[in-house]
Amino acid sequence: MSKSKTKAKTKTKRKSRKKKFERVDGRKADELRPVKIETGVIPNADGSAYIEMGRNKIIAGVYGPREMHPKRLSKPHRGVLRVRYHMAPFSVDPRRSPAPSRRDTEIGMVMTDALEPALFLERYPRSVIDVYVEIIQADGGTRCASVNAAAVALVDAGIPMKDLVASCAAGKMEDHIVLDLGDYEDKKGQADVPVAYMPKLEEVTLLQMDGILTTDETVEAVELAIEGCKQVYEVQREALKKKYGMDEEDTAEDAEESEESGEEPAESEEEDK
Amino acid sequence: MSNNIVSRLKRKKIEEVLEAGTRMDGRDLNDFREIEVRTNFLEKSEGSAEVRMGKTHIVVGVKAGLGTPFDDTPDEGVLMCNAEYTPVAHQTWEPGPPPHGAIELARVVDRGLRSAEILNMEDLGLVSGEKVYIVFVDLYVLNWDGNLIDACGLGALAALKGAEIPVFKVSKKNEVSETDKTQKLELRCEPIPITIYKIGKHFILDATADEEEVADGRLTVTLDENNNVTTLQKAGPVGFTVDEIKKCINIASEKAAEIRSQAVASE
Amino acid sequence: MSAKFETRDIVVPGDLLFEGRARAGDNTYRNEGNIYATRVGLANYNKDRVSVIALEAGFIPLVGDLVIGMVTDIELGQWKVDIGAENEAILTTNDAIGKPFRSYQDMTKILDVGDTIVAKIVDLDRRRTPILSIMGRDLGKARDGFLIDITPSKIPRLIGKKGSMINMILKETRCQVTIGQNGKILISGRNRENEELVVKTIKKIEAEAHTSGLTNRIQEYLKDIKEQRK
Repeated sequence: MSKSKTKAKTKTKRKSRKKKFERVDGRKADELRPVKIETGVIPNADGSAYIEMGRNKIIAGVYGPREMHPKRLSKPHRGVLRVRYHMAPFSVDPRRSPAPSRRDTEIGMVMTDALEPALFLERYPRSVIDVYVEIIQADGGTRCASVNAAAVALVDAGIPMKDLVASCAAGKMEDHIVLDLGDYEDKKGQADVPVAYMPKLEEVTLLQMDGILTTDETVEAVELAIEGCKQVYEVQREALKKKYGMDEEDTAEDAEESEESGEEPAESEEEDK
Repeated sequence: MSNNIVSRLKRKKIEEVLEAGTRMDGRDLNDFREIEVRTNFLEKSEGSAEVRMGKTHIVVGVKAGLGTPFDDTPDEGVLMCNAEYTPVAHQTWEPGPPPHGAIELARVVDRGLRSAEILNMEDLGLVSGEKVYIVFVDLYVLNWDGNLIDACGLGALAALKGAEIPVFKVSKKNEVSETDKTQKLELRCEPIPITIYKIGKHFILDATADEEEVADGRLTVTLDENNNVTTLQKAGPVGFTVDEIKKCINIASEKAAEIRSQAVASE
Repeated sequence: MSAKFETRDIVVPGDLLFEGRARAGDNTYRNEGNIYATRVGLANYNKDRVSVIALEAGFIPLVGDLVIGMVTDIELGQWKVDIGAENEAILTTNDAIGKPFRSYQDMTKILDVGDTIVAKIVDLDRRRTPILSIMGRDLGKARDGFLIDITPSKIPRLIGKKGSMINMILKETRCQVTIGQNGKILISGRNRENEELVVKTIKKIEAEAHTSGLTNRIQEYLKDIKEQRK
């Protein structure tokens, strides 16, 4: 352990002597890849979202809350969130088997833990909320892109949430801490730190790391990743609003109408203190 | 034709409307829904196609790589279809091993391509008994609203038509190495499946999920561009008379050209 | 103490709606004295009450709701009914025919698996399973027509102020339309053309539920289509 730390330190020292640093795709160190999010892409699902983050192409669909099958997996006092992360056979090179891998299972689990803090699962005893993520094309950072799509899909499904969850990785490439590693950087880089973050509650809900970083670099990477999450968050917000093509002046009289009819779903959330 | 419980009301209404010569969505019995095709939209696949047929939405990825040939065909490449019912596509679809429907879907599309000899398999052999091209066609269902065989058959053809596979070099010592060149897959024909659904005494094309649910059976007829039949697949717990089979083949052969012409990117 | 948005602004979960004391209404939650949104929707500040009119929300069953569902199973003295809620609803023979179950009774004669019913939620048991009744006017087995689904949170718009929207559709199309609070709508008309018109109109209302002047726009829409037909 101590040995690798020294190694990491010497690597950073070299930074000053190096010639100008350039990323493979010409991005700045703190620049995201282009992000595009669209909601309501799967008509059958209760909520859904499609994300392109770099060349990642990922679709997320939400079903629920619904009765849990098999029943023994349900909990009597709260709902269960299940996230399934799955890669299409053609999403990577070379083709992969469609059977779920250990990696898929683990990512599904960390994604569950990333999204659950934003939900009110105590409201759904015995029920399950299923989030299905399908990687159509992978380009590095699929778990982060998946969290971004899944969070938007949950909102699109009308599931009450405390906050959105935005996700982005930072890492180390040629001794520089950089944001949102692409496929090449992911493979050739020295470290990768995926982070998911609730921007309003200011809490990190997913944190993993592999590679070698000094403790200072580790904190720097987490902080940079959070900056990335905040940028992603803005794209998520816009995607959610875009569905309704909101036109400000269009809405004034409307408030009266639903107010007076008094028939809006009267789910009282008073009790949440 | 569904394992789910079918609403009697739904069945009654669909039959009523068919009796009047039309469909729930206003289509004629032999009309397809609007078809949208996008090709080569996945940079990391050798070929790809996205097909939307009404609300049915599928993605096809073609991957080509090196593999070993089957023992009985040492000089021939391999073409394989695989289909997945992703749980995202319908509320009753669950994660897990492929259900029977997905396996049937893959096999019917696969037979349609292979028995039509769409690829010259010998061209895809590299080193006899050792190295050949393996071409995978993965059918990926993202939203189910009926008629998957036709949507996937169309998608598979569109993806293969646009596919460019890597060129491998074989040295004198029979060593295979990759080059940075690619080549188009040469298609010898263009088979397309047309599935006729039977509801009572009515026959319809491009069934929606509702129609498929209440259907008694279906017959898929795959035809190449010379209207040769290359695959048949009858399904559902109901019989077809010879006259009905004739009728289905006629409907399919009248429709195949129109659907085949859509196996390119829509404008 | 201040509002952070204007009434009718679109908000997303986590948005801070109000700093300070106020009543937290629908689709909001309170955290450390402030009020935040829990659903995507339109902010609504009404006196001291802060709420969000949800644009997306699943069906939350409440006692008194009229719902439409399908019988999925028959058990001893009760039917299971899928009404699109978290849990399947229960209908007992008592609430179906007003008599307790007798073992010689053939329950399928009353309702069979696959039947569609219009029912009222009369209770929620302690596991929040909806208990239904089909005893009452306009309740019971649906014998004609077909169902369409819309997002349950848009049902109020389809009904309109004191039923203005739906009454207009009924008048213009002469179809029978039964609206379930669970987003399921039973439609039955004398001709196909009018039934299709009802479906199109309802889909239009669903898509534009968050916009204003909708009633007038729908009226125009129906009028235009009728003119075209002439």
